[in-house]
Amino acid sequence: MTAAAVPAASPASTGEQSGVRLARSRRNAELSLLLLAMVLVAAYAAMVEAKALDTITSDFWIPAAALGLVFLGLHLVIRWLAPYADPALLPAVALLNGIGVGFLRRYDLAKAAPAEREDLAIFAGTGGRQLAWTLAAVVLAAGLLAVMRDHRSLSRYAYTLGLAGIVLVMIPAMLPSRFSEINGAKLWIIVPGLGQIQPGEFAKLALLTFFAYYLVRKREVLSLASRRVLGIDFPRGRDLGPVLVVWIVSLLVLIFEKDLGTSLLYFGMFVVTLYIATERVSWLLIGLILFFGGAYLAYVLGSTVGGPFANFYDRAQIWLDPFAEPYDRGYQLVQGLLTLGTGGLFGAGPGGGQPTLLPEVQTDFIFAGIGEEIGLFGLSALLVIYLLIVERGLRAALAVRDSFGKLLAGGLAFTLGLQVFVIVGGISKLIPLTGQTTPFLSAGGSSLMANWLLIAVLLRVSDGARRPVTGGGGPAARPAGGPPEQLHGAQTEVIRP
Amino acid sequence: MNAPLRRVGVVVIVLFGLLFANLNWIQAYKADEYRNSDYNGRVQVAEYDRKRGNIEVGGTAYALSKETGGELKYQRTYPGGAMYAHVLGWKPVNGSASGIERLENDFLAGTSDALIASRIKDMFTGDETGGGNVLLTLSKRAQETAFKQLNDNEVGATKGAAIAIDPRTGAVQALVSMPSFDPNPLASHNSTEADRAYNTLEKDKERPLANRALSETLPPGSTFKIIMAAAALENGVGQQTRIPAGSSYTAPGAGQPIRNAAPSICPESQVTLREAVTESCNTGFAQLGVRLGADKVKEKAKQFGFEQDDLTVGQLGEGGLPVAASRTGDMQNPDGSTDQAALAQSSIGQNNVRMTPLQGALIAAAVANNDGKQMRPYLVKQLLGPDRTTVYDAAQPRELRRPISGQVAADLRDMMQNVVKEGTGRRAAIDGFVVGGKTGTAESGPNTPDHGWFIGFALDKDGTPLSAVCVELEQAGSGGSAEAARIAGRIMAAAIADSGRR
Repeated sequence: MTAAAVPAASPASTGEQSGVRLARSRRNAELSLLLLAMVLVAAYAAMVEAKALDTITSDFWIPAAALGLVFLGLHLVIRWLAPYADPALLPAVALLNGIGVGFLRRYDLAKAAPAEREDLAIFAGTGGRQLAWTLAAVVLAAGLLAVMRDHRSLSRYAYTLGLAGIVLVMIPAMLPSRFSEINGAKLWIIVPGLGQIQPGEFAKLALLTFFAYYLVRKREVLSLASRRVLGIDFPRGRDLGPVLVVWIVSLLVLIFEKDLGTSLLYFGMFVVTLYIATERVSWLLIGLILFFGGAYLAYVLGSTVGGPFANFYDRAQIWLDPFAEPYDRGYQLVQGLLTLGTGGLFGAGPGGGQPTLLPEVQTDFIFAGIGEEIGLFGLSALLVIYLLIVERGLRAALAVRDSFGKLLAGGLAFTLGLQVFVIVGGISKLIPLTGQTTPFLSAGGSSLMANWLLIAVLLRVSDGARRPVTGGGGPAARPAGGPPEQLHGAQTEVIRP
Repeated sequence: MNAPLRRVGVVVIVLFGLLFANLNWIQAYKADEYRNSDYNGRVQVAEYDRKRGNIEVGGTAYALSKETGGELKYQRTYPGGAMYAHVLGWKPVNGSASGIERLENDFLAGTSDALIASRIKDMFTGDETGGGNVLLTLSKRAQETAFKQLNDNEVGATKGAAIAIDPRTGAVQALVSMPSFDPNPLASHNSTEADRAYNTLEKDKERPLANRALSETLPPGSTFKIIMAAAALENGVGQQTRIPAGSSYTAPGAGQPIRNAAPSICPESQVTLREAVTESCNTGFAQLGVRLGADKVKEKAKQFGFEQDDLTVGQLGEGGLPVAASRTGDMQNPDGSTDQAALAQSSIGQNNVRMTPLQGALIAAAVANNDGKQMRPYLVKQLLGPDRTTVYDAAQPRELRRPISGQVAADLRDMMQNVVKEGTGRRAAIDGFVVGGKTGTAESGPNTPDHGWFIGFALDKDGTPLSAVCVELEQAGSGGSAEAARIAGRIMAAAIADSGRR
């Protein structure tokens, strides 16, 4: 991992500036990978039509081409604004996003009357809306890249973002259910007649930025150990404050927004950034114990007291035995499992499944719906792509030199991975099911935009990490350092605004 | 900060490893179970894509699929309505089927391994030939007669059952359980409607969904005396041997004396076995049981098929509709010695003796056969391929057991014929055929009317057995057994007429 974390390739690649090895930008690799991804998306669309319509219409390639143009635009922006960004991120995300749009379009086909299937408009239905949202999200990501020329500039807004994050998390809990609850989870802001947004998706970015900044400032204090138990250093009691606050907030989310997934996501995000910042395993242990203790307490209270805890108890019961009430409470999860099982190893082939039989297939259960058609092999490939994105993000964190950047990229990458774990684990009965979106696949603008913003930040950090020190030169002055291949091992610096 | 970052990378790999392992569990290990789960709507949609085969009786389809043009392409319909309901069962859209629809589900649906050649042929020709057809052994006329006569019985019984089998093969000629139900609403594509219909039937106090001919047992009353007579014949008692009788008999240790159904029945201190059977003499058989001992009575009943709890009626090769075990009860005191009072009561088919109507018909069938054997009962005559020419399975009759010797069978036949000629079973007589039988009246409880039974058989003039039958009218009250005898005669006559035509 160490060697691979070094962006500059072989020693042979010396550039025109003698003495300094020129890091390769690898933008052409990104472009060819992106084209490959779009070919796969077009092939997927063709297979869907062949199976679901028994014919391939003459314009099957249009959604893939439209997506390709959008991503090509972002590729050009990256060439211009972040030339040293990680070349694998954009193609990997583009492939997931493309498969998501393709599957949603396939779901529209299944819902449409047989006579209308062949003439389904490009921007019609869920798939068309998702295509439009992709355009908006990619424009947003490009905008962020343009505005934020150096990730460190984000730290200036850390407290503002932290406050905004808390507010965004709290709004759905405060609103009456009518304006915030969908399918039993109060995660939304619903504007009647206009639509709804899921503020938590954006809140996780804002909160993480704040955590990264706060922990960089406080890491020395938080690393102070007071007691050593079983070879693990435990922090001083008075330093537990922040972690307790976040724990309480996440439990409040669990209780009042009825959502274990979001709660687990925020808390996991915080504990992991805390761990990265302090390098103290004890924080992980304290975090895990607090979270599982809290969840168990909520479960016990749900079975005895009920009230606000009842929802969590219900979900836990469904998780323990979904087949106990297969047509009632357990219906969604049972249908999700049956859909995955029907897919089996190889799946029914794109377009060969019956997504209309699975409730919420366009959002929470999209991974199961796709799994019916591409099988275990296809889903494994999707998981590997997610893993690739997460590990690329972590690699950017490893390579970037400033602590804030490390925490930011590491935390974001981990959060993305954790979100995939929470939702995919939920629909496959590994953990209790919660209403999370599957990043880049699920229908919905909030999720798509927030996750593309996350990718934009990772692109920016990776650009900062791989950019040769004497090269182009970012807007922020960089301290002179050694050759790039040693940067990852260099002393990390603590920045102050 | 790099060391913890690398560890976080490992943590993410572990988390994804868990996801991957769990997906393997679901999509590889549990895949078949989930794919074929009753809760999986795809199974139904796929099932309804192919035309399900017919279930036919005597050339007429009584379960068939009609094209709908909807999402589920075919609607299962049952033109016979309630008449065939307990045999055919029904195929609901959600949940599992019942009756023959369940037993032969794979063949009817066309997914059976036997039909693989037909499916491969379809792949090449592009045809959709549908599932295979199931031909039943039932006789249309016998079934119709049994259903109508039972439901229009002259004693006003609301519950009961009738079953007729061909003694030579075990082929079921008629099988009716009363009250019955209409299976059509249960197969509705509207699941609310189907659920409502099912719940109504499920909650009905008369329990129309129960198959009383196979899965319900009742005290058999005097029909049990045929087993007693068989035991007596095998223990040195002849038709003309005189056995102790009398107007009442109190077994050792019994509180209540056993009496006869009417004072005119066997008031003499001794009657012949033949007379005891003809008149249905309770005191005679009670004393006979006490003389033979509980072990011999229980052993003889077991040889006739009592206590068997794994009999099924369907295809001869494999499973079928489950048949409840008929029981004699243990007739024992708590200390293990024989309870003489219970033995005396059991000898006339009371106390804890319980019998299914099918068991009654099997007793009659053993008597009707010259060699005293019982053939294994079955309902599926033939499995006919989707092309209606390939025969996949034709029933080969199999002997179930041989409870009595040819001589004992001949004696019992003779005595049972006498019951119909001049005893309690006169109404079962059929012109031009030899009919034998035994009536039974069983107490159902202290304040409820008696059950009426009749078991019997019909032979042609040459002594060839044609039909064996059992009719049971639950809580029919007075005249129940005579009415059961009449219905039994009608059913056998119909079965004979149908087989003559075929």
